[in-house]
Amino acid sequence: SDSKYLDPMLKKRDDFEDILEERRNSSDLRYALRCYIPVLYKELTPCKASELKSMVLQSDQLRYVINQVCKETGMAADEVQAEAAAILEEMAHRLQLSTIRFFAFTLSKVFKTLFRSICVNEEGIQRLQQAIHEHPVVLLPSHRSYMDFLLMSYILYTYDLALPVIAAGMDFMAMKFVGEMLRMSGAFFIRRSFGGDKLYWAVFSEYVKTMLKNGFAPVEFFLEGTRSRTCKSLTPKLGLLNIVMDPFLKGEVFDVSLVPVSISYERILEEALYARELLGVPKPKESTSGLFKARKVLSEDYGSIHVYFGQPVSVRSLAQNRVDRCQFNLIPRHIPRKPGEDIHSFVNDSAYRLVRAQEENMVLKPWVLLASLLLQNHHQMQVAEQKQEMALDELTEQAVWLRDLSRQYGAFLHWPDHVSPSEAVSSSLSLHRGLVRISEGRVQLAFEQGEPCSTVTPEEELLNQAVIILSCASYRNQALHIFLRPALLASAIHTASSSNKQEVYNSFSFLRNMFSNEFILCPGATVQDFEEACYLLVKTGALQINQQEFVVTERGHRTLGFLTRMLDPFLQGYQVVCRFLCEDATEGLTEKQFVPAVRKFIIRHILTGRLRYTEVLSSDLQKNSLAALLRLGAVQKLKGYVGVCHPCTSVCFDWLRQKQAS
Amino acid sequence: CGRQPGSIVGVHVHCYPNLCPYLFFFHRQEIMKWNGWGYSDSRFFFNKKGQAEFTGRRYRLSGLIIPGLKDWFESTFGASLQHKTPATVSPILNSSAVQPPTLNEAFVEELKSTGIPLSHDAEDRVFRAHGHCLHEIFALREGKFGRVPDMVVWPNCHNDVVKIVELACKHNVCLIPYGGGTSVSSALECPPEETRSIVSLDTSQMNRILWIDEKNLTAHVEAGIVGQDLERLLNESGYCTGHEPDSMEFSSLGGWVATRASGMKKNVYGNIEDLVVHVKMVTPQGVIEKSCQGPRMSTGPDVHHFIMGSEGTLGVVTEVTMKIRPMPEYQKYGSVVFPNFEQGVACLREVARQRCAPASIRLMDNEQFKFGHALKPQVSSIFTSFLDGLKKFYITKFKGFDPNRLCVATLLFEGDREKVLQHEKQVYDIAAKFGGLAAGEDNGQRGYMLTFVIAYLRDLGMDYYVIGESFETSVPWDRVLDICRNVKARIIRECKDKGVQFSPLSTCRVTQTYDAGACVYFYFAFNYRGLSDPVHVYEQVEHAAREEILANGGSLSHHHGVGKLRKEWMRDTISKVGMGMLKSVKDYVDPNNIFGNRNLL
Repeated sequence: SDSKYLDPMLKKRDDFEDILEERRNSSDLRYALRCYIPVLYKELTPCKASELKSMVLQSDQLRYVINQVCKETGMAADEVQAEAAAILEEMAHRLQLSTIRFFAFTLSKVFKTLFRSICVNEEGIQRLQQAIHEHPVVLLPSHRSYMDFLLMSYILYTYDLALPVIAAGMDFMAMKFVGEMLRMSGAFFIRRSFGGDKLYWAVFSEYVKTMLKNGFAPVEFFLEGTRSRTCKSLTPKLGLLNIVMDPFLKGEVFDVSLVPVSISYERILEEALYARELLGVPKPKESTSGLFKARKVLSEDYGSIHVYFGQPVSVRSLAQNRVDRCQFNLIPRHIPRKPGEDIHSFVNDSAYRLVRAQEENMVLKPWVLLASLLLQNHHQMQVAEQKQEMALDELTEQAVWLRDLSRQYGAFLHWPDHVSPSEAVSSSLSLHRGLVRISEGRVQLAFEQGEPCSTVTPEEELLNQAVIILSCASYRNQALHIFLRPALLASAIHTASSSNKQEVYNSFSFLRNMFSNEFILCPGATVQDFEEACYLLVKTGALQINQQEFVVTERGHRTLGFLTRMLDPFLQGYQVVCRFLCEDATEGLTEKQFVPAVRKFIIRHILTGRLRYTEVLSSDLQKNSLAALLRLGAVQKLKGYVGVCHPCTSVCFDWLRQKQAS
Repeated sequence: CGRQPGSIVGVHVHCYPNLCPYLFFFHRQEIMKWNGWGYSDSRFFFNKKGQAEFTGRRYRLSGLIIPGLKDWFESTFGASLQHKTPATVSPILNSSAVQPPTLNEAFVEELKSTGIPLSHDAEDRVFRAHGHCLHEIFALREGKFGRVPDMVVWPNCHNDVVKIVELACKHNVCLIPYGGGTSVSSALECPPEETRSIVSLDTSQMNRILWIDEKNLTAHVEAGIVGQDLERLLNESGYCTGHEPDSMEFSSLGGWVATRASGMKKNVYGNIEDLVVHVKMVTPQGVIEKSCQGPRMSTGPDVHHFIMGSEGTLGVVTEVTMKIRPMPEYQKYGSVVFPNFEQGVACLREVARQRCAPASIRLMDNEQFKFGHALKPQVSSIFTSFLDGLKKFYITKFKGFDPNRLCVATLLFEGDREKVLQHEKQVYDIAAKFGGLAAGEDNGQRGYMLTFVIAYLRDLGMDYYVIGESFETSVPWDRVLDICRNVKARIIRECKDKGVQFSPLSTCRVTQTYDAGACVYFYFAFNYRGLSDPVHVYEQVEHAAREEILANGGSLSHHHGVGKLRKEWMRDTISKVGMGMLKSVKDYVDPNNIFGNRNLL
């Protein structure tokens, strides 16, 4: 049973159905105007959006906080009340079916132009329908594109499911018309930061809880907080999850169903936009006109989208034997309290589990594997100072090898088995014409072929290349969660001082800890992750364990080589950040200055050939490494300034330096 | 033994020598079932036409046909009259199946010399080896007996008890006090690990009212008296205690004190702790009692509160002085229909806020409303049935109440006529604010009848694969709706998880109101066809339901007590220090654990 638990091969996943197919064969208008009767929560007392607002404003919770604010600020009660009403007004959605119908029509047109198919697992839809009927539901889609939440509502409308209300960032609201349209399609807007604003928090949390408890609509938000520009899952944000779990913990509802939804795009609309953003190259301001650079975007082929509605997760079962709900017995439930340590760690663990569930059901396309191989090849050739290209045959051979490996690791890979591997490879490549170039049977990354002595500076050329590389990396990143644990083990074996199991474990544990801001690694699951990695490598014949010693097999070298190379850019990235902090950081470096400064440092290093991974230029990686160093105590933050502890005092620091020296 | 009814024989003091009503028999099993609830002559059964009938002549329902019960029963539980599970043993107890008694010869010898009646007859012992938990009755129906008392003694008065306790201490014999035997907390179960001889101390012969003091409105009563007898005897002199727990036909005064009982009409008369003025208890350390009968004292922690709720672990309550009241001039039942349970709870809360609760006010949820409806006896005239139809039409069609959501509150008013009518109007006015419609006296009265016959109905269910039980809690007002919803849902979920094939009956009522909260009563029953160990499944579900109650801010018990069934949660309930306090009292009062029923701690 142990192996069953570890073996990702045994995961069962549903089949998909293309919802665009019907759209291509029947009237969009009729579809947009069709009779829509969703299944609702069984204990729903129907109420209008406006009634919802007054319920919030009259709630005990809010009245208590308003009272508190009055006492603290000396403001009059009706003044604070008015402020609360204004906050709610700014926040609240105005979900109406007509807007959804409008979107159903226009999005049908747009989707058909942009995408080949939108595939949805219908069994997941059925499970969701059941869940909506039984309990309040929270939808937790992954977040890779602006499309995500319109797409979600579109799908739910298509399947006659209750339309969700969606927590959206305030930046959308800046787009005047779009903001209002989104509001009317169920979005409610929250400020990005409202740290100490008690009243804002109270209005916000009460608003969400009221909608959830009454079963008004499924509540949808993004656990990752924001769109992942790198296509790696982001470490979860806990604020909203805390809010939606609270009604269960306080006994106000019997249960809450959390439904992770994995949305995978074969080609992401914002691909180049993200790369530019990560590189700090100015991007067009978010404006209505900029959202779709209509003509260009619409003329391209973005492949297919896969949306997988995961198994609903019951908060009740998550909390069983974890949380003592009696802790809420002695204080009236409407008095806000900071969640205790146990609640915090419970919510945090749950959040990680949910993001992992999103990851597991992400559909991977062959291109994701090709991007990984092409990037690795690019760097290897760069080191060997050879032409950074690859024969198509070789790529195909490697891709088939990687396909089999990833399947053994449990990847949800959609490889077209009905065509020959070479066809599969070339059709994948052709969809990503902007990133790869094929000529004379050889493949390479599609860098602009600048004339040797044009006006482009070396730095500009580097950044142009980096856009391509980061775009490719964003596809490789989609497969990272498949290889992450074995890759950590491979790197640990590579760096450990001996092949003794304990040594390797220590090394694994260090790396895992180091990268826990970078990747989704569930807190406290080091042993489990280690065992899973061992299990996979041993099962696939890459590794043997003889009397507590790891032995890499003959065929294992290829696997371990691939895995270490996968993690290498990240290791190098963390090292270069350390180096920057030791060598180059001036005193009084602020967090704001950090990214530009480290970027400059890195560009210098790449241009002088001291660093080979262009993708280290990603500000995401730089921020994550700083966060990790802060967390590990190698770096300290003093009143907003970033300062380095003495390098010798920090084990991790030394280690990174040693690693770099070797 | 002194049968002098008190030394102060004054004008206003009555005494009642030589009474012998029903339950004064030594061998109660002659008129009561030994493996089911209540009187042997009273039971439900389905007649040849498949209609339910209630036998006997003791209750309003006795001898009547209840036409709706079969359909309700079959549709609620998925049960069928074809699938019977009669008790596997005959109504007559087979004494050879009972373990022979372990007797402490020296104790028996000395006890015999006192002349106090005793018995080690198997029937007597088995009858006193259990309360009325589901697992206890289920085992009896299957003819299974665990550890039973080795002997039964019947003290006749306080002094007899003193002698018995002294001898028990001298010979290290385990004593288990036995009052009415209506416990639902496994309190009467003999600890299987007990190696000493276990003696059941049956208080039934101590059943006299020793005096009535009309100046102070108190009565001094022996603790073995059973509720209905106490009430009837007091009524004869124009008084009542007003203490009416649902079990009052069989439960005893001593039992009420030992479990902190609560009566239906506590809003007027108070719970047992409000009624008790003076208690006498015999413990291994001697007799504990206060020196005066002052109505309230500031003399350190009230020692009565060590006695009340001690569940037979410290000694035997022998005599109690309790408050009495003149019998009410006028009584009136009533009922209110609400569109839904939420509105009903809001109304009860408001009634409690205004402190105008009638003697009793209970709110039944929709399932229980339907249950009560199914118990309607056959109506004799076409006119009544026409009227019923009209009422139903008015409520569901004209007023738009959803028959699957509406719920009903039953009311009982007591007092002088004018005040009752005034009070009634006040309550109905409040109810109207919450959408409540007055629904007549009949519905109210039937609601209260349900509580007396429910235990008989369980026996009927057990003949057809249906097992069930009730349990209770108390909870702050703001939690009432949440706890009702969550506990009922938890029961349904657990049944499903545990493989119960049919959806269970999971229903509740708010049965008492207080200033700061309410008492909630749950009924839970299911059809166990297809389960190999139904009692175990039942116990798991009840356990989960109790966990849910506690997680939702409910108490471990409002009035059933802890016994052995709920012991595991005591520490969390009263804290480690609290446990230590109770333990140290036990250690002082009963260092050798003579009162060894192992309840509570």
